[in-house]
Amino acid sequence: MSERELGPLDVAAIREDFPILSRTVRDERPLVYLDSGATSQKPRQVLDAEREFYERHNAAVHRGAHQLAEEATDAYESARETIASFIGADSDEVVFTKNATEAVNLVAYAMSNAATAEDDLRRFQVGPGDEIVVTEMEHHANLVPWQQLCQRTGATLRWFSVTDEGRLDLSDLNELVNERTKLVAFAHQSNVVGTVNPVDTITARAREVGALVLLDACQSVPHMPVDVAALDVDFLAFSGHKMLGPNGIGVLWGRRELLAAMPPFISGGSMIGVVHMTHSTWADAPQRFEAGVPMAPQAVGLAAACDYLSKVGMDRVAAHEHELTEYALKLVGAIEGVRIVGPTEAVDRGGAVSFVVEDIHPHDLGQVLDDRGVEVRVGHHCAWPLHRKLGIVATTRASFYLYNTLEDVEALAEAIRAAQRFFGTRA
Amino acid sequence: MQLDAMYQEIILDHYRNPHHKGLRDPHDAEAHHINPTCGDEVTLRVALTPASEGAGLDDEATVSDVSYEGMGCSISQASTSVLTDLLIGKSVAEGMRTLEAFTELMQSKGKGEPDEDVLEDAVAFVGVSKYPARIKCALLGWMAWKDAVSQSFEKEGA
Repeated sequence: MSERELGPLDVAAIREDFPILSRTVRDERPLVYLDSGATSQKPRQVLDAEREFYERHNAAVHRGAHQLAEEATDAYESARETIASFIGADSDEVVFTKNATEAVNLVAYAMSNAATAEDDLRRFQVGPGDEIVVTEMEHHANLVPWQQLCQRTGATLRWFSVTDEGRLDLSDLNELVNERTKLVAFAHQSNVVGTVNPVDTITARAREVGALVLLDACQSVPHMPVDVAALDVDFLAFSGHKMLGPNGIGVLWGRRELLAAMPPFISGGSMIGVVHMTHSTWADAPQRFEAGVPMAPQAVGLAAACDYLSKVGMDRVAAHEHELTEYALKLVGAIEGVRIVGPTEAVDRGGAVSFVVEDIHPHDLGQVLDDRGVEVRVGHHCAWPLHRKLGIVATTRASFYLYNTLEDVEALAEAIRAAQRFFGTRA
Repeated sequence: MQLDAMYQEIILDHYRNPHHKGLRDPHDAEAHHINPTCGDEVTLRVALTPASEGAGLDDEATVSDVSYEGMGCSISQASTSVLTDLLIGKSVAEGMRTLEAFTELMQSKGKGEPDEDVLEDAVAFVGVSKYPARIKCALLGWMAWKDAVSQSFEKEGA
């Protein structure tokens, strides 16, 4: 569908749903929130859903037979259905985790646990001679767990390098992903440079050699339509709080047959079949991966967030952010002394716009922006190797969401100019 | 505007024209400190001279030189520059007291009433203490100095 057919987003109406967007910061400055890549703001509908759960149905789910326990379990499991259908999945393939970081760790530790298990888990076993492939643009959450897995098991970590423009260098794809590769883990969309990576190309090669594919979808599921069936990956990890949902909940989607075979990561209550003093058996997925009393209110809140986004339409959200990104690349990129880090055209590129300003350190820039109510992220954004590769210590990142406006982008550009005046680097 | 309170002219002067910058020899120890949230770093060297001939390195030793290289924001760089002015020529004990006073100022949430006789140019950082995210920046060089001094002592004891 074209943007015209979709019709633009009614941003003013959307903003009404987000109480925080009407507050002021510092010296009574209107809030210009440009840090949704770190965490999104929450609409009333999500807050209400969570409150309603606590006020009406609160009980420990999957435990007890009283009415509240039934209602709570029902709410939790219907939330799973809503969230599953939001990404085109079946609900028994959706595992709730604390956050996306835990979702990635769940797979890494399942593989680690499989390393010492019987041969029927061979598919998940890694050891000396095996390889795990990541990319240089990964968030630490999709890098460090694999580094650790390799250190524990003796497997080798390899990675795609990144071009100066901030795209993956796939020239050595066939060498890098080979018959020794057990798993390829990469970001759908970079949290720093916004690049949308070619999932099809990488996945097709992984299929040829029988490697598993884990996609870090933290920056894609909140911002564009994502359908796991179309993506043809094996695992997909994302967090709730970046997509209008509550903190404390993340999602691991996994192929049914893989989840059915995988050993657990965290063990304890709820995830068991039978428990003896000497040994235990496991529940079926997804319960096998959800030890302890789960975060039902957060699941309900996240389902409300999915409903909210579905109602707006993810096509529309993506189109709106595309417009903001194009405008930001143009406006910010045109400021003298500013360099966009990452693709400078809004092609295969999402709404995370990172940049450096000549002679102004990102911390100092962020301080001036903050003084004007413009809230951005400064630093290496948990992607230190990427910054090192691009030869930069730190960047400033503006990231957009459905509630941002073209005026927000203008406020950003004006604030950057103000910083240049303040530090005397440009007239 | 709160910015002017934070970025006092003294701070910007030190940032643009840092004092004692560059790594020098001789030195007794070198410390490399990184702020993990932003990647800013400082490498700082300390040269100490025993209080009297034949004496070992102790609290009475004189800080004969502090030299450094670093990259980072104006706050971390200016703070390290101010540090060198304050500590070179002092005894280690006096230096530690200055560090304490500066740390206390940084934790004062903007309400500190620093002693200018002790902190000199460093009093300008009072505005920084209002911003919790920036306190680490201001302390980066100071923590490296503390580390380098204790390394010097350890080497001496080894």
